This record gives sequence, structure tokens and C-alpha cells, in this order.
Amino acid sequence: MSIRIESEKCTGCGSCVDVCPLGIIELVDDIAQIGEGCNLCGACRDACTFEAIIIEMPVETAPADESYRGVWVFAEQQDGHLKGVAYELVSKGRELADTLGTELCAVCFGHNVNDVSRLAAHGADKVYLINDPALASQQEDLYAAELVRLIREYKPEIVLAGATSFGRAFFPRVAAVLQTGLTADCTGLEIDAETGLLRQTRPTFGGSIMATILCRTRRPQMSTVRPRVFKRNTPDDTRQGEIIRVDFDKEHVTARTRLLSFVKDLTEKVKLEDADIIVSGGRGLGKPENFDIIRALADALGAAVGSSRPPVDEGWIPYAHQVGQTGKTVCPKLYIACGISGAVQHLAGMQTADVIVAINNDPDAPIFEVATYGLVGDLFKIVPLLTERLREG
Amino acid sequence: MNIIVCLKQVPGTTDVKIDPETNTLRREGIKNVVNPFDTYALEEGVRLRERYSGKVTALSMGPLQAEEMLREAISCGADEAILISDRAFAGSDTLATSYTLSCAVKKLQDYDLIICGRQTIDGDTGQVGPELSEMLGLPFVAYVSKVEEVADGRMKVERMVEDGHEVIEAPLPAVITVVKEINVPRLPSLRGITKAKKAEIPVWTASDLEVDQKRVGLAGSATWVVKVFFPQRVKQGEILEGDPENQVDALIEKLRELKIT
Repeated sequence: MSIRIESEKCTGCGSCVDVCPLGIIELVDDIAQIGEGCNLCGACRDACTFEAIIIEMPVETAPADESYRGVWVFAEQQDGHLKGVAYELVSKGRELADTLGTELCAVCFGHNVNDVSRLAAHGADKVYLINDPALASQQEDLYAAELVRLIREYKPEIVLAGATSFGRAFFPRVAAVLQTGLTADCTGLEIDAETGLLRQTRPTFGGSIMATILCRTRRPQMSTVRPRVFKRNTPDDTRQGEIIRVDFDKEHVTARTRLLSFVKDLTEKVKLEDADIIVSGGRGLGKPENFDIIRALADALGAAVGSSRPPVDEGWIPYAHQVGQTGKTVCPKLYIACGISGAVQHLAGMQTADVIVAINNDPDAPIFEVATYGLVGDLFKIVPLLTERLREG
Repeated sequence: MNIIVCLKQVPGTTDVKIDPETNTLRREGIKNVVNPFDTYALEEGVRLRERYSGKVTALSMGPLQAEEMLREAISCGADEAILISDRAFAGSDTLATSYTLSCAVKKLQDYDLIICGRQTIDGDTGQVGPELSEMLGLPFVAYVSKVEEVADGRMKVERMVEDGHEVIEAPLPAVITVVKEINVPRLPSLRGITKAKKAEIPVWTASDLEVDQKRVGLAGSATWVVKVFFPQRVKQGEILEGDPENQVDALIEKLRELKIT
């Protein structure tokens, strides 16, 4: 695939320069010139009224293997409990499988995992379960080898996993062994009506642009999705799924890494990703002690405490509280941002909250663009007052 | 201890602002920088060499202009640098990139540890590290926040997970990705700058690496970007006016209407 400009057709109007999301097109002597780093997105070609930009697509040499059928979800567990993202992915997977007219299977590795049958209530037709003490903790080497084995045997066309710290480390290894494509942190998944391919949409450049990605000929098509990006569907308890127990192939796989210990960091009572209400503080707090007013408001609301990146970088609060591109994605009913300006990286982690309240003294802060309710003013006056009123009931 | 650090040159996108009128990126001030997460990888490599002796090799795949970044890496402590560059590599996705890097690592032969940043700030995928480990058949640990110890062909590292830290032991050679909590990168030293100026940075091409042509560049990529667009911010919010008393009263009323409090 390549891109070129037919200089005799180019009028130097500059409309391609304006639309290039990467900002790499320049006019040189009134002719457009494409710089390094072009990802062939086609925005310039579509904007050019003179048909001066040509993108040449190679002929697809090998068509996709049609024997790959069905949608799979890797259902991650921790300490014997399925993670929320497993249900969210099964919900989305059900939609994709229905569009394709195919079956939805969940895959779960662990030891005595509770609630595996709940995956059926949320839409899984089958659950492939490997139940073995060796898989109780998340052993990446074992999990990757076993998932590769199952994918090779059953040939699903789509496999989804949660973009948790575990998923983001182990799933790329599965894709590498299978030599197929993987798209990280998808926020949109849909089936292309014409081709039946999975259209995977994800934020890139720290959330400032969105890209839609296809895996045309390799199989399976693989994606990771952050927790709380897709909504969980309403379970149907009458739905029956088949649980297929698969033996752990202990002869052929060994774990090279060994978990020696685990230290829990999170100091708060309410887990960020499960919270209905989150109160977050940003750079505007000025110093670590001022997180106390955030905690007080959170206590009054029964909320979890979040943070934008600067306070974490400054060491005011542990990383576990960070919301955003390199922290957690949250989707609470109410998100209160105090002293957070709203960099795209932060917005990427919280803008799907049902209601967003922004408290900031800068009326031009980008956080107000996503806020349902904006309070321009001094957070040190507003937040304690709000806490007091809420306590009074 | 011989360490390979993988670096990528990226646009310094933290400067990027969207022009609200044209809905395009404002391009002023975008210059290429070393991916910020990779600076922690380089620093950790240099610190480990200082602790255990050996050599740090900075490795990057990209256009020829990335040479400048590799010189910077030498000025910050890398012993040598190699640029992997060839038109045949253009348009690589993470699968093709990690394959190409794995060919270069194999050519380097003698190594104990490969360090990458947790992700790049342009692609944000975080996939090249784990994919590279698999292409090389090496153990892998992501999100390392501390290298506690390297001894007897094994390493003990701390890594960050959602709600805490895990201590992991793995045999070497291995691949790790590091988070920014691991260290504070140093500035270039005067001696480093002099060394960087004089350094020869070999450029390895597709034929030097003896790659399988079908596995590199666009042809070797499994994923294709078919559309790029700006996220829509449709939510039109309401500004609650007045002094703090009025603002708080108005907010509480709104939240009651929504049955949140």
C-alpha cells in the first residue's frame, strides 16, 4: 500500500493539509507533500476535490481462512471470581455473534472459579473451562500457551479480552504466536455489514484521535477492551449454556516466571472501577494534604477517590487512583472532577460517566467541554461547602 | 550484563491541541522526541550496567532521522546504538515491528535483558514488548517498577498491577517493559555528548537482518488503519452560576433530580 500525489492535478489549495490528523502534509511550492509517518488513513484523499491523492492498495494475496467461525471472549478471573470486564465483553460478544449469525463462547482458566455459569446468562452459548490448581493465579506463560492451543483447535474468527494489566501483557503474546493482528484498548467494536470483518475503533495519540482498524486476512481477529467501556447486559437466568471442561495440558507447558509476593496498594475502601460515584482531584489541589477535602466529599457520598495524572506524578496519591489513558477507565453514575483541567488523556478515562461535575477556577479548562454541570470557582470554597450540605442531608 | 533497550521516535504529542474551529490538530511546535516511556527503559538499562557492568545497546526501528534520537541515547549513557531502517519496513503494525526487532536482537546475539517502555505515546498499544518476547521465545514481565536484583542468571523484579505490586522472579535472558515509576532519567552528560557526536551508528536494512520479506512492513502487518477521525464531544453542559453558596445549592438540586444523592 502506498500514497502519492499527482502533482499535475494538485492545485495547492491546502484542504489536505487541514484534514491530516497527523499534521504531516505541507505545501512546498504550492504542491502538497506528505511527510514521514503517514498511516494511509485516507483523510486527505477524501478531502481532495481534484483527485490528486492516490492511495494504492495491494491485492490481497490470501483470503481469510473461512473455517474460522464464532466469537470468543477470554473471561478473566482473579482469586476465583470473574472480573466485571468478562461480563461486559460477553455482552458485546453476544451482539457481534448475533450480527454474524454465529455462536459466542467464553474461555475461562482458573481453579474453582465461581459464577462460570453466569457467563451463559449474559449470552455465552458455550464456556470452555480449564479448571486446575496450577491456573489459580494468573500465570502468563501457562495462560498464553493454553489459549493458543484452544484457538488452534476450535478456530474462532474473533477473540476478545479485557485490557487489564494482565490482559495487555498476555494477549499480545497469544497474537504473536498465532501471527495475527491485535488491536489494543478498543472503544468501539462492530461488524462491517459488507465484509463481515470486525471494525475495531480505538483512541490513539493519547486520545486526541480515533482510528478504525481492520484485520483483513489473518485469523482470529483479536482485540482488547478496557474495563467499563462496554455496558453489561441484563442477564437472562433462563439461558442455558454448555460448559465444556478441557484438561490442562501440564505436560507441554511450563511457567518460567514465578510470583513471589503481592503487596496491595489501594488505601481506600471503595474500588475505583466498581464505584458508582467517583470524586477526583487534580493539580489544582496544590499539595498532598489537600486531598483530604476530596476524601471528605467522597466519604459524604460513599464514593471512591480518583486522581488525574499530575498528583500521581507528584507522589500525592498512589497510581492505583489514577484515571485516564495510562490509568483506569471508569464509567460511574457520577464523576466529580475537582481542580482537573481535563487533558485528553484524562478525558479518555472518564468521559463516558453518566453525569460529570467539574469544579475548576479556569472557565476555559477543557473539562467544562465534557461536564454535565460546571462550577467555575474556587474548589477550596465549593468542595467543603458541598460536603457540609450533603452531610446535613 | 548486556542489555538491549528498544526506543521509538514519536511526535511530541503532548503539545498537540485540537483547533476547535477546523477540528484538526494544531501543528505548531510538534517535534520528534524519544518516546517518554522509553527514556525510563534507557535509564534503567544504564543503571543496571552501572550495578552489574556490561554494555547497553540502544535499538530503534524507524526512518533515518531517528539516528538523532539514538545519539541522544548515547549521550544519556548507552554504549552503542543501532538503527533498523529500510523502506521495506514502512507501515509496520506491532506484529511486523516486533518480528523485525526480533531479527535485530538475534543478530546482536549476546544479551541478558531487553527493556522496552510500557507503551508509546503515539500508538499507545503496549504490544511490541510482549510480542517481541514471544518472537524470541523469552520470558516476559510487563509494567516493571523496580529491578530488585539480578543474580545467577535470574532476576527479581517488582511490577505494577491494578491494585498493587507483585514481586516476580524470572530466568534470563528475558524481556521487560517498564513504567515511569521505576526511575528518574538523567540528563545527557558532557562526556556523553562528546561520545554521541563521534559515535558511529550502523543502519541495518532488511538484507542485513535477513528478514522474511513477507513478515515485514505493510505486507507483514495483520492490522490496517482504515479510518481516522476526531472524537466527538457532543455533551453540552450547563454552567451553574453564582457565588459558591448558590452554585452548591444548584448542584445539590440537580443531583437530587437525578436521584444520585
